[in-house]
Amino acid sequence: MIVFDKPHALSDAPLHYCPGCTHGIVHRLVAEVMDELGIEGRAIGIAPVGCSVMAYDYFNCDMIEAAHGRAPAVATGVKRSDPNNIVFTYQGDGDLASIGMAETVHSAARNENITVIFINNAIYGMTGGQMAPTSLPGQVTQTSPYGRDVSLCGYPIKVCEMLSQLDGPEYLERVAVNNVKNVKNAKKAIKKAFENQVNGKGFSLVEVISSCPTNWGMTPAKALAWIDEKMIPYYPLGVYKDRSANQ
Amino acid sequence: MKTTQYLFAGFGGQGILFSGKFLAYQGLNEGKNVSWLPSYGPEMRGGTASCSVIISDIPVGSPIVSKPDVLIAMNLPSLDKYEDSVVPGGTIYVDSTLISRKVKREDVTVYYIPATQMASDNKTPTLANMIMMGKVLGVEGTFDEEEKVVAALKKVISAKRADMLEVNLNAMRLGKDYQG
Amino acid sequence: MSEKVLMKGNEAIAEAAILAGYRHYFGYPITPQTEIAAYMAKRMPKIGGTFLQAESEVAAINMVYGVSATGKRVMTSSSSPGISLKGEGLSYLAGADLPALVVNVQRGGPGLGGIQPSQSDYFQATKGGAHGDFHMLVLAPASVQEMAELTVKGFALADKYRMTSMILADGTMGQMMEPVSLDFETEQAPEKPWAVTGTKLQRKHNIVNSLFLKPEELERTNFERYERYKYIEENEVMYEEYMMEDAEICIAAFGIAARVSKNAINEARAKGIKVGMIRPITLWPFPTKQFAKAAETVKQFISVELSMGQMIEDVRLAVNGKAPVTLCNRAGGMIPSPEQVLAAIEDAAKKGGN
Repeated sequence: MIVFDKPHALSDAPLHYCPGCTHGIVHRLVAEVMDELGIEGRAIGIAPVGCSVMAYDYFNCDMIEAAHGRAPAVATGVKRSDPNNIVFTYQGDGDLASIGMAETVHSAARNENITVIFINNAIYGMTGGQMAPTSLPGQVTQTSPYGRDVSLCGYPIKVCEMLSQLDGPEYLERVAVNNVKNVKNAKKAIKKAFENQVNGKGFSLVEVISSCPTNWGMTPAKALAWIDEKMIPYYPLGVYKDRSANQ
Repeated sequence: MKTTQYLFAGFGGQGILFSGKFLAYQGLNEGKNVSWLPSYGPEMRGGTASCSVIISDIPVGSPIVSKPDVLIAMNLPSLDKYEDSVVPGGTIYVDSTLISRKVKREDVTVYYIPATQMASDNKTPTLANMIMMGKVLGVEGTFDEEEKVVAALKKVISAKRADMLEVNLNAMRLGKDYQG
Repeated sequence: MSEKVLMKGNEAIAEAAILAGYRHYFGYPITPQTEIAAYMAKRMPKIGGTFLQAESEVAAINMVYGVSATGKRVMTSSSSPGISLKGEGLSYLAGADLPALVVNVQRGGPGLGGIQPSQSDYFQATKGGAHGDFHMLVLAPASVQEMAELTVKGFALADKYRMTSMILADGTMGQMMEPVSLDFETEQAPEKPWAVTGTKLQRKHNIVNSLFLKPEELERTNFERYERYKYIEENEVMYEEYMMEDAEICIAAFGIAARVSKNAINEARAKGIKVGMIRPITLWPFPTKQFAKAAETVKQFISVELSMGQMIEDVRLAVNGKAPVTLCNRAGGMIPSPEQVLAAIEDAAKKGGN
């Protein structure tokens, strides 16, 4: 008999996320992986600034709330303090790819032995739907009301592709959580990203293409479909770097 | 109660800071209060360098030497810049290889030492600073007990480069014995 | 007592930090404090510690935040423009009640400014340094020996009160060499039950955080923090009095300005002028009571600063109108000479200080 149960690493605090938001799915996947690898007791998570700012309440492991974009720097400190710590950051696109880009790139370049969960939903959710560094060309947001004009505000940043040019990082994969098959793949990638850290392999980042029905102005179902129609064609899923596999 | 303020000045790379540090250790070993303050910044990399050293019977107040009792000038810009700041009755040591003009002041004691030429003749071209230092100690009468000089040299020359100790000491002897 | 060695102020800070049990350093090169990073780069690998040159000052202070959250002693150092970048982290450290040691070897500003000694970050250091209501313990050394001793003291105070200790030095203090003895007591870090060390599945999770969305709750954390600050103001003030017994003119000066002022005071005393000095060693908490007490007998105060006059505001608050407080200063990397300070003293004496 299969009993549906909450992972131990997930706390009982009610999530504050909007209906149809996929943060809850990714939280659960991270918690399941912590349970399966038996690492909750030595895990330290770093929450970002953005919609998942209160992730520190949702995981049962020790947690730190970082300044906007600085989670990889904080994680570097935590990991260097005691390499036995299992350290992960959980960051959105504004946090990781805009204000915290330097911290992201340099922790990857150092091959810092940490796990980065990167939620890319192409929008700033917490502040109410402004343009993100990953918003698509033409995408309408509060701060690109006529659609993202690439001649004025540039092109979206493809984080996995960009970081894959560095010699530093161990593992980079882009996944999505808009259907059962993709969620299963996402779980596999997240597990690998944590296993890499346990095995001392180094910087592992999983970019999760996610939905934001509220700020995209769509029903949850339409938002999941939009991921297939618009997001994945611009941000192709797959492994962008896996050093161990190539050896 | 005596306080002596030294100002070493020259090009970066002439060992200005090194000889200043040696002198500070010489004072420290004598149980004096000492301070050493370098100029810092871009001038460290090839421009003019200076170094303030104070050796005193009482605790050192300001470590900045603006009115030196003793000026050791190892290039012309340094003499031009600091000649007037020396206290009346003070002493100026001039590296006469690199400074062709004479000191204009008449109320100070001046020693001209062709230190750069001597260092070159001695096949230790980098030790003009220590030849000057030897002269300073000779004039001040603090070279009489050579073991004290060796003790201070040991503080500024790392154990790994112990062979340099004798070389520095020889350079200092040259300076002490120079009668210009 | 161990043999005295000549050390640069910057090196004395680094060695004292290692003696205080600190094994993690994060920094970014900037003149005139880079010797600290260089010293750490050499020493840390040999003693099982971490030296990491961060990609920015911002990253460095956030690495400090991470190590501090795990309960270990940690520091960073910089000079004025770099400290501005660290401002974000200083505020977060305060909001999360994390201990840390931050060294500012000041240079002239504003902007990129220069690289020569300055004290013009006094406001930034003593009035908070970034957004929000908070203080740092600010320690101002006036000798290489104090650079070392206040570093050790800074760690102990930071741990005791769960806040940042800042060593507010200047380019002179960082670059000068003086004899220093490193033979002093160092306290062990206290237990830190709040630290994130992994739950081991044995306890509820610890959270290191500065976010409080309910204003009532955020207000409570501010009130509690200021109760602690009040206790610190009562108990941790450090200062030195020099020739104050019969002084009618009182110099207020810290760091290199106090060194210069001592020369001037000695010369003025030789001329029969009754002048002394109060040298704050803690700039926050400020020795307010000591200045207030002095104001009962002193007729004139002179604040000697390497800035356009910043500490003078705290002196005036303490003196509270009982006597005039004038400024004797240089700025932008210049240092007042003993002659300039002596002239200010003589001027005060003429106006009726004596």
